Amino acid sequence: MSAQAIIEARAVSKWYGQFHALKDINLTVHKGERIVICGPSGSGKSTLIRCFNRLEAHQEGEIVVNGVALHGRMSNVAAVRSNVGMVFQHFNLFPHMTVLMNCMAGPMWVKGVSATEARRTALQFLERVRIPEQANKFPVQLSGGQQQRVAIARSLCMKPDVMLFDEPTSALDPEMVSEVLETMTGLARDGMTMVCVTHEMGFARAVADRVLFMDAGQIVEEGTPDAFFGNPRHDRTKLFLSQILKH
Amino acid sequence: MLYPDTVEAEVLVHKPWFVATMFGVVLLVFMAFNLSGTGFAELMRPVIGEPSTSGLYGRFAIGFAIAVIFTLNVVLIGFAPLKLQIGIVWLELLLLFIAFFETFHLSLPFIREKLPFLISQGVVTTLYVSAISIVIASVVAVAGAVAKLSSNGFAYAIASFYTSFFRGLPLLMQVYLIYLGLPQLGFVINAVPAGILALSLCYGAYMTEIFRSGIQSIDRGQWEASRSMGFGFALTMRRIILPQALPVIIPPTGNQFISMLKDSSLVSVIGVWELMFLARTLGQKTFQHMEMLISAAMIYWMLSICLELIQSRIERHYARSKVR
Ligand SMILES: Nc1ncnc2c1ncn2[C@@H]1O[C@H](COP(=O)(O)OP(=O)(O)O)[C@@H](O)[C@H]1O
Ligand SMILES: [Mg+2]
Repeated sequence: MSAQAIIEARAVSKWYGQFHALKDINLTVHKGERIVICGPSGSGKSTLIRCFNRLEAHQEGEIVVNGVALHGRMSNVAAVRSNVGMVFQHFNLFPHMTVLMNCMAGPMWVKGVSATEARRTALQFLERVRIPEQANKFPVQLSGGQQQRVAIARSLCMKPDVMLFDEPTSALDPEMVSEVLETMTGLARDGMTMVCVTHEMGFARAVADRVLFMDAGQIVEEGTPDAFFGNPRHDRTKLFLSQILKH
Repeated sequence: MLYPDTVEAEVLVHKPWFVATMFGVVLLVFMAFNLSGTGFAELMRPVIGEPSTSGLYGRFAIGFAIAVIFTLNVVLIGFAPLKLQIGIVWLELLLLFIAFFETFHLSLPFIREKLPFLISQGVVTTLYVSAISIVIASVVAVAGAVAKLSSNGFAYAIASFYTSFFRGLPLLMQVYLIYLGLPQLGFVINAVPAGILALSLCYGAYMTEIFRSGIQSIDRGQWEASRSMGFGFALTMRRIILPQALPVIIPPTGNQFISMLKDSSLVSVIGVWELMFLARTLGQKTFQHMEMLISAAMIYWMLSICLELIQSRIERHYARSKVR
């Protein structure tokens, strides 16, 4: 069963008005796979992963998540979303709730878990991202790196089958990037299925099974980290990598 | 609080130029009035002699004395800590008002006689009419705001027509329209429900706009985070968006509540025995209008102060998650 597909995208196209944002995307994410997506700004990376939990709707092609097709009028979109965790560039924690409540809300309100049970799960995952002592603070009282780790814990509390990361470290100060990446590496080691949009190439090398390069709404190149970084085939990929690895 | 700059500045009321200007202005203003017939002039008799014949010198002396008292008062208050300053200034302004009302020579026994009825009938009616209207208006406002933000053409059209109509007509007209117009359609409606309906619809329209702007002030990311966890629309609205919008919504809504409390007096035109109605009628027989009007005014003010206190409490409650 190791080859079970969690996300399957076939010939997906998406338009924003006249603008063709995703062009004929084909991608299969298997259970336990870690995929890193990179590419220049505006190439459609966010749009793509936001299609995977239907924060955006695609117009052509098929996306199947956990066996549920994401198109048309979906009555069960909440069920799909509760199994797909998402971590945002700007954390998007709920500022009016404590850290603990941020983590308890999902299980309690979507899955109907009891408060005691939700609290236990929340503390367990806050422990996992190594900030259990901040449980009763409000998000604004934490540093950026801590907030992003809370956001990861909040998603994990829903016990998702797959986690989507949209540039989780690009809004962080440099010294906080590594604490978030360590958390994500730990997740990968525990076998979580992950799709990460990130420009952290060290992270991609260390944990990715496959690296995808997107440009102008298309997946231009795809390969194992070794092949991707060692021997990029397309000029656009080479240009991008040279720009990113220059520093 | 405004942004407090850490650079130490001398208190404004202790700056020599400010004190001098204030003194000069007060002196000129009070010289411009002829105060020779007042009790204050009587107090000055040892200095200026017979007030009515003291002429320019008398005016100057009176203005000078008032300016000295005023300036000294302000400068001294300037030394007090913030809380005390606020308290003293409030108290002084209140005393001035009471002194102003004194000049009407109100009959206190008459007030004492009528006050119980004014409260048991008038205040109670005013309070329950406003309270019910406020609750209905809030519900209407949430629904209206959601409709105005929705992508459903019907909902948007109905909501925008509603807010446009009820914000556009004078409230008094709406009261008449509902009380006299609905019976034309076959709904005979009593004065109190008609008043409540008019107030709710009118204030619901204003509050729709307040709620809409509050909801819009919340970052899209909050919707996305909430929906991406599987929360439905209603849950997101109730648990994520509205609680965050409340700090934005509450100050203008508090305004609306206070204004509604007083606008509820408009339903007196259709014969509801609320505070304003009684204030106008109780004193009529004995020509003691001022007694009742001023009592009613004070009662309105006290009720408003209660609402202000409640509002500041709620604001403090929602400030919790903002402190670092
Ligand atoms: N809501 C939207 N409406 C119109 N255009 C959009 C919208 N969101 C994104 N786009 C456009 O789609 C393209 C891809 O955006 P995005 O997926 O955010 O890129 P990336 O995440 O790779 O930087 C960009 O050119 C962007 O301007
Ligand atoms: Mg992006």
